Amino acid sequence: METLKFDLATKPLREVNQFLHGDASGLDGKTVEIENPNGAHNIAVGLKADVQVTIKGHAGYYAAGMNQLAKVVVEGSVGSGVAENMMSGHVHVKGFASNAAGATANGGLLVIDGDAGLRTAIALKGADIVVGGSVGSFSAFMAQAGNLVILGDAGEGLGDSIYEARLFVRGTVKSLGADCEEKTMGAEERKILVDLLAKSGHKDVSPDSFKLYGSARNLYNFHVDNAGAY
Amino acid sequence: MCGIVGLLVKNQKMRANIGELMLPMLIGMTERGPDSAGLAIFGAPVAADSRKFSLFSGEEDFNWVKLGHDFEKHLSTKATIAPKANHAVLTTSLEPETVKAWIKDNYPNLHLLSVGQLMDIYKDVGTPAEVAARYDFKNFSGSHLVGHTRMATESAITPAHAHPFTAGEDWCLVHNGSLSNANTIRRKLQHEGIAFETDNDTEAACRFLQWRMREGDDLETALNHGFDELDGFYTLLMGTSDQLALVRDPYGCKPAMIAEHDDYVAIASEFRSLAHLPDIKNAKVFEPSPKEMYVWKL
Repeated sequence: METLKFDLATKPLREVNQFLHGDASGLDGKTVEIENPNGAHNIAVGLKADVQVTIKGHAGYYAAGMNQLAKVVVEGSVGSGVAENMMSGHVHVKGFASNAAGATANGGLLVIDGDAGLRTAIALKGADIVVGGSVGSFSAFMAQAGNLVILGDAGEGLGDSIYEARLFVRGTVKSLGADCEEKTMGAEERKILVDLLAKSGHKDVSPDSFKLYGSARNLYNFHVDNAGAY
Repeated sequence: MCGIVGLLVKNQKMRANIGELMLPMLIGMTERGPDSAGLAIFGAPVAADSRKFSLFSGEEDFNWVKLGHDFEKHLSTKATIAPKANHAVLTTSLEPETVKAWIKDNYPNLHLLSVGQLMDIYKDVGTPAEVAARYDFKNFSGSHLVGHTRMATESAITPAHAHPFTAGEDWCLVHNGSLSNANTIRRKLQHEGIAFETDNDTEAACRFLQWRMREGDDLETALNHGFDELDGFYTLLMGTSDQLALVRDPYGCKPAMIAEHDDYVAIASEFRSLAHLPDIKNAKVFEPSPKEMYVWKL
């Protein structure tokens, strides 16, 4: 397979991104390597083709944001907002991720091997996110749909004001946010977890070591006891 | 926004080149802070009975040599003055109160940026590259430093509003973020007899810590009080005679990245200011947790 190499030490990022935004039929099936990312922002954002992109080092903010179809691998850490609003495809961070990883992501799979920062999966809308380490506070805030799997621990306020996303946590949860509660893991949820563990390189991890959290659905409807407040 | 950088060089041989190592760090933070920049450098100590006074003049072509002569003549003493563009470092064995009073009486328009045995402060308006070139940051030597690039959000763009700020001898602080209760803190501290030079929110944080340490807190206790009383978003990086210290606010709103290597510890708002450092591939690169205190000693 043909591999195209770009070196950000010599080539402007805008030209690399414009190449990756080119005619999808010319990019499908191609492999692209980006050398010397050195923490630059916006690497491989807005991809719309079935292309494989490997970022050979640490990336800055919004790496692989708004991704569709593409498979993006970061051989290092990422700054804030990795794969934010991803629609489809696969983003794999081999290091750690800063804040708001996978924010508002609609579809696709985001795998982070290390820890993820605060507000991971905030307003998640349907994507799957697997974090090999721990996540910071306020993760899955107002998450609407999709799955967040955390192999480590979760910080404060996990799943605050959550809608229908599923949160699988293997470690400890410092505290749950408003209207987030532990759920019984049924066969359907267990299958989702097993599949995600297999897809993210954790097939040997037992699904039995996880607890499931989701919405208590108390915030869905107006509570009559609050009528006096108006 | 704003960018912060810090560098503590453990390898003695590399200390001669600390300015050169730091320069791409500061310039790398230009997008985060294009309007002013500043640096506190901890270099070789002056004689045990002396102190360095970092001075800034808003006037172009200020006659620093004359100031040096006036100082020696009026106070019947020996002093050295090392000018660099709008800045100069005055070294003298006189007590800080004497020096401060003399400056106030004779050169009321001068700003006294810092006092100490090790630390010099340079700060001015302009892009980080311009400020660095004006004061020759590249050729600085020393053991550790704290730098800042500013994008003003809450007070004017002047050299006095640029960072670092100081609170005590050989002690400085830079800040990325904004405080929403800076005025309240300032009013409270003014009642405690603490004087302010600007309306900058970072100065309020700096004076708050100065006040806590005056009341007997060590740095860690002072910062714990800061977590309770400073309302807003902040990453704070502090430099003392023998250490760097870093904290992020409890909500992790403002960034920081750390690279720990056998030869150095480097801190920056983003990895792109660390990428050029020697052998960075073998450094331990990580993001500090919110509401935790990180301290590195020389």
